[in-house]
Amino acid sequence: MTDVQRRFSIFSTFFLALIFIGFFQSWNVALGIFNLCLISATMALGVNIQLGYAGIFNAGVMGFAALGGLSAVLIAHPPVSETIKLGGKGILFAFMVLAVGSAIIIFIYKSNQTSRFKKITIPLIILILLVLFNLIGSPAIKRVEAFEPAATGFLGGLGLPILFSWLVGGVLAGFVAYFIGKLTLGLRSDYLAIATLGIAEVIIYFLKNENWLTRGVKNVNGLPRPVPYEVDLQGNKWFIEICERYNFPLIETSSIVVKISYCLLFSGVLITLFILSEIALKSPWGRMMRAIRDNEISARAMGKNVKARHLEIFIIGSGIVGLAGAMLTTLEGQFTPTTYQPLRFTFTVWVMVIIGGTGNNYGSLIGGFLVWFLWVEAEPLGLYLVELLTSPLSDTNPLRIQLTTNAAHMRYIMMGLLLLLVLRFAPKGIFPEGR
Amino acid sequence: MDYVNALAIITNFILLPGLTYGSQLALGAMGVTLIYAVLRFSNFAHGEIMSFGTMVCILFTWLGQSYGLSLGFLPTAILFIPVAMFFTVLYCLLIEKYVFSYYREKKSNPIIFLIASIGVMFFTAGLIRFIIGPSDQSFNDGVRFIFNVREFKAFTGLNEGFGLKTSQAITFLMTIILCALLFFFLNRTRTGKSMRAFSDNEDLALLSGIDPNKVVLLTWIIAGGLATFAGVLYGLDKIYKPFIFLQMLLPIFSAAIVGGVGNPLGAFFGGYIIALSELFVTFAYKKVLGYILPENLEPSSMMQFLATDYKFSVSFIILVIVLIIKPTGLFNGKTI
Amino acid sequence: MFLHAENMLGGYGETTILNRCSVGVKKGEIAVIVGPNGAGKSTAMKAIFGMLNLIEGSVFFDNNDITALSPQDRVKRGMGFVPQTNNVFTSMTVLENLEMGGFTNQDKLANNIAEVFKLFPVLEEKKSQVVGELSGGQRQQVAVGRALMTNPKLLMLDEPTAGVSPIVVKELFGKIIDIAKTGIAILMVEQNAKQALEIADTGYVLVQGENKFTDKGSALLANKEVRKAFLGG
Repeated sequence: MTDVQRRFSIFSTFFLALIFIGFFQSWNVALGIFNLCLISATMALGVNIQLGYAGIFNAGVMGFAALGGLSAVLIAHPPVSETIKLGGKGILFAFMVLAVGSAIIIFIYKSNQTSRFKKITIPLIILILLVLFNLIGSPAIKRVEAFEPAATGFLGGLGLPILFSWLVGGVLAGFVAYFIGKLTLGLRSDYLAIATLGIAEVIIYFLKNENWLTRGVKNVNGLPRPVPYEVDLQGNKWFIEICERYNFPLIETSSIVVKISYCLLFSGVLITLFILSEIALKSPWGRMMRAIRDNEISARAMGKNVKARHLEIFIIGSGIVGLAGAMLTTLEGQFTPTTYQPLRFTFTVWVMVIIGGTGNNYGSLIGGFLVWFLWVEAEPLGLYLVELLTSPLSDTNPLRIQLTTNAAHMRYIMMGLLLLLVLRFAPKGIFPEGR
Repeated sequence: MDYVNALAIITNFILLPGLTYGSQLALGAMGVTLIYAVLRFSNFAHGEIMSFGTMVCILFTWLGQSYGLSLGFLPTAILFIPVAMFFTVLYCLLIEKYVFSYYREKKSNPIIFLIASIGVMFFTAGLIRFIIGPSDQSFNDGVRFIFNVREFKAFTGLNEGFGLKTSQAITFLMTIILCALLFFFLNRTRTGKSMRAFSDNEDLALLSGIDPNKVVLLTWIIAGGLATFAGVLYGLDKIYKPFIFLQMLLPIFSAAIVGGVGNPLGAFFGGYIIALSELFVTFAYKKVLGYILPENLEPSSMMQFLATDYKFSVSFIILVIVLIIKPTGLFNGKTI
Repeated sequence: MFLHAENMLGGYGETTILNRCSVGVKKGEIAVIVGPNGAGKSTAMKAIFGMLNLIEGSVFFDNNDITALSPQDRVKRGMGFVPQTNNVFTSMTVLENLEMGGFTNQDKLANNIAEVFKLFPVLEEKKSQVVGELSGGQRQQVAVGRALMTNPKLLMLDEPTAGVSPIVVKELFGKIIDIAKTGIAILMVEQNAKQALEIADTGYVLVQGENKFTDKGSALLANKEVRKAFLGG
């Protein structure tokens, strides 16, 4: 079988499975799954650039996805004028102080003062900055958070179209990745994984606790959509006419149309990124990356700036993850910091990349598709299995109830098994690298 | 007297909880470090193994309680730690046999081991949620306090005081005993020394006739046993939450790395370093300073370095600083 | 011959390093392999010890064919090996190193330790010191001592004097002669060719994995050609 045939057959099998779901569950479910498949594949593409092209183990995927979500809030949520009046100036001022302070620190760091001078002044300035920031910022923050905490209690966003936030999400994640990368990329691979795992956790803690920015655990609901609302469609004369003419059920069709619109948007992003990634992979830049990955020492000896290249990759990959994170928040229409968990975001994406085939972009696509599909379908599958196994027991048997309620967690078991089996028996994944 | 009052507050809010949490971290970190020393990879599944041990212990505790078993003022769960250890070690050995031994024979890259450990982590996390569910379980049925703050105040006549929780005393005592046993084993017994030798220089250990399979098996037994203790003691002290153990990986790894990866003594101290600094940095010193400083200097704000919510970032910051300044840790790691 | 490796052909992957060379040593004697860099000296040692699979050729030890045995089994048969690098447990004390050396020889442990201390008195003084803190020469003594703990009948040393000061080299060679006097066969690879051949009963000059010259140590030292090519005149 040639590679093209192989790709074609595997992708078409996946779409057949999706169509199967469409016929037997519902088209709504199938499209819903597919939309998340597209987002997952985008994330996997970003992680593949890091893991596959350069061998960087970024265990902070969750954090970057959450930053994308944050940007959706900051861009699209309408501004809350009352809170801005109350504390906007104070917070802005506090951040300006922070910015000036950081500039001073960077200036001192880059200057040619003695290292002893730097060792004393820099921590001192950081300490002063922290105190100043607290003095100026915290009263303003308190005022903001105290304003109608059940409804707002945060500054809101800019009220711009949410599509804009996808770009901003990518840039924000990339920006944060620059600093994280500067700090951690020199580390050995497993230390890097641990450090980035920690950073992601810190980012989530930040989002959960800075209520003035994100409303924290109170979530931000009702983010505006880039596509029409179902209710509007159902009230649209033209839409009703079409439905009546072709005998479509109105409500279901409206939600299918919404999902298809999302699907088109996401597909556009995914296809663009995919093409760019393929071009990058085949370019001299991509070849250099792989050369660095395969033999860092000799690449360094040949005068390649390994650290700078790694930083580049880390920023680009994290940026794509951030973009995908913004897409996810857009699709859900709400930002819920508590849903960001490493198993769901970081490690599942790793599984996608590894199962698909590290270093192969087609692999990331199919990995993202398949793994998400299984992630969703594991629940009915698990339930079915449990019911089959416990069928001799009575309906009120506590063990049966216990297992039935926990059946959804089969998905973790399945992810683990899948990863272990692929790693053992097909370590190169579905589409091995270099094809 | 004011100083004693200040000291009492610090004991209650930093020292005792720090030593307890530090003990739990130390037990976990020593397992991580041993696995690193002998099998040479960072085991991401370690948190879930702790969770697994705790789950088994809880299940048996429930079973025991249904038969009316009780340890009086001590939590019943202590009775079942050995049982839980047995099952956890068994589970570890199964993992070794069906997952890691293959890569060990192939001499795979440590990164492959790490990815495999993530597979194990997923699987174990699912298994635990499947069996016991994702919600919190409280299983400490013993007496909560050996003495509480009120009793302490009445006894000493101080304004402030500290209480000693039963779980705190148990945790600390057990950790000291376990560590003493472990270090005796590693430094004084022939088998323990052979483990250290294997960790130091694998090839030479093989030439000396040390059986690698035995060493690896022993490592899993010790790491699994310690993980059970760490998990159960953490659950007794706070509460058992299946998802918390993934979050505990970070402080545990930090503890291991701060002490020097591969060095159990380092991991032991690393645990306390991480726990105490978390609490030192996130504690509000207002009341303490109120006692120590003259009245006119009494602070009005909370006097906290960092909001309590960010205590996880402390272990992260320490981790990064150590990795950048002294990657071998405070106790020179890499070997036992 | 107590140890006799003949016709060894082997190497790493596609490239052969040993091209049908033969080496051997008798009981109580010292055999030295010398030769230029890349001649396959260390590789020959590895092959004899079973750390390298031979394509052709065989190794006889104590009248048995041991070609197929693993290094561990060869240790059990009575071969001791001191690798060139990483030949001690650096994080463990001198005493612990010796104990680990005698891991499989438990009943003679105390006796053997006493023997090693008698041979290397300095180790007894430093027995509780961590080996990583010792000087290069002392480390080599620990390495040799560790290998002796299994009561070997043949001791193989891969460049025991690498990175050791000249005075210590002399001392170390003296110790090696002492060991040989107890009836142990000694096979070693040396960079300090001149000094090594002085104490050698048999010398092998390897070039590109082949036996170039084989003779008594003193004869090789006297051989004009050998002197010119390998001993610097």
